[in-house]
Amino acid sequence: MNREILNARRLLCPLPVIRTQDKVKQLQPGDQLEVICTDPGVMQDIPAWCRINGHKVLESSSGGHEYIIVLEVGR
Amino acid sequence: MIRVVEEQKKAIALISGGLDSMLAAKTVMEQGIHVEGINFFTGFCVEGHTHAIRERDKAKPKRNNSLWVAEQLGIKLHIVDVIEEYKNVLINPKHGYGANMNPCLDCKIFMVGKARQWIAENGFDFIITGEVIGQRPMSQRKATMPIVAKESGADDLLLRPLCAKNLPPTLPEREGWVDREKLHDITGRSRKPQMAMAKDFGIADYAQPAGGCCFLTDKNYSAKLVDLWQARDSKDYELDDVMLLKVGRHIRPRPHFKLIVAREEGEGRFMQGYKRDFISMICTSHTGPFVLLDGEPSAEDLYLAASITARYGQGRNAEQVDMAITQKDGSERTIQVKPLAGEKLPEEWVI
Repeated sequence: MNREILNARRLLCPLPVIRTQDKVKQLQPGDQLEVICTDPGVMQDIPAWCRINGHKVLESSSGGHEYIIVLEVGR
Repeated sequence: MIRVVEEQKKAIALISGGLDSMLAAKTVMEQGIHVEGINFFTGFCVEGHTHAIRERDKAKPKRNNSLWVAEQLGIKLHIVDVIEEYKNVLINPKHGYGANMNPCLDCKIFMVGKARQWIAENGFDFIITGEVIGQRPMSQRKATMPIVAKESGADDLLLRPLCAKNLPPTLPEREGWVDREKLHDITGRSRKPQMAMAKDFGIADYAQPAGGCCFLTDKNYSAKLVDLWQARDSKDYELDDVMLLKVGRHIRPRPHFKLIVAREEGEGRFMQGYKRDFISMICTSHTGPFVLLDGEPSAEDLYLAASITARYGQGRNAEQVDMAITQKDGSERTIQVKPLAGEKLPEEWVI
């Protein structure tokens, strides 16, 4: 299992979703991706994108002005 | 006996997040076609951005409508970044602009063309859009339907399920992949047929964007874009320009520079991210907005900008305020200025 970090700070939705989508294409099923964002919209959009594309959100958190989502790539 | 098992046909639906594209996709899904969605991000579909930036919008429920529609339909959605390619559409629209800087017909041709490219690369069979004849004055007219099909290169691979019966049969219809009789014949600007269809499908919740989700249909936004191009003597732009045109008050007191004045804390925080790209200023003796200066202001211009900035702070009636000016390299100095007097700024300064 591989774990990678995607810096999507300062990007506004839907760009963090697009960057997540593009990064996930390079990963294998079971790999984990931690996406770090500053747009609070990602707390809705990335989980929605994961649900429709068969990926799993493992963790979502926020602190200060940052929002972090950890997802597991699906099959 | 040899039995031929027909493969399930696959279609890509352009999903804007509105009702029409949702109904178009649903109509074709009902016929057993495998449908996936595609959504193109031009940089101007920026409703979500203002939600993200402005404090007062943060309480509003925030969702990306195209993702939401895909989830309701139970289909995958591919969001494609076309920011760079879209520049040519906006800068040189073959069919011109609409009421503002909206190149709607060229935009539709571009997006269907991108979808045509996508289906070729991904082994899909045809394209679905939610277009309705007569729905929009520029891009959805009887005369423009064949133009979109032809100039996009999609030709008869482009199916418009909501108005298909008013158009010549497309390949998916002729080949029997979809039953033309189960498609629709909607025309005009009335939303009643779509609302009835939504009810039949059990769709109760859907977005109803006025004028679409594109900022280029907005008069004030278009004026700021035109001003930007005039000031730079070039019709080029970057994504950051597109973003900054949506935030703050834009004031151009001289042709070679303008102020972007944050209207509230959320905008100020967002604009602080551009401190390395622009000269910025903020009042230090009184509460006041964060301001970016776009252009090449002289020392005299900086004084004028500072006096304008002071008008928007708590020190607007003071004899003098302290204004901290930060250069792109981070060096900072403070000047004392008298807030610009007068009831209003000259109208021609306000973009």
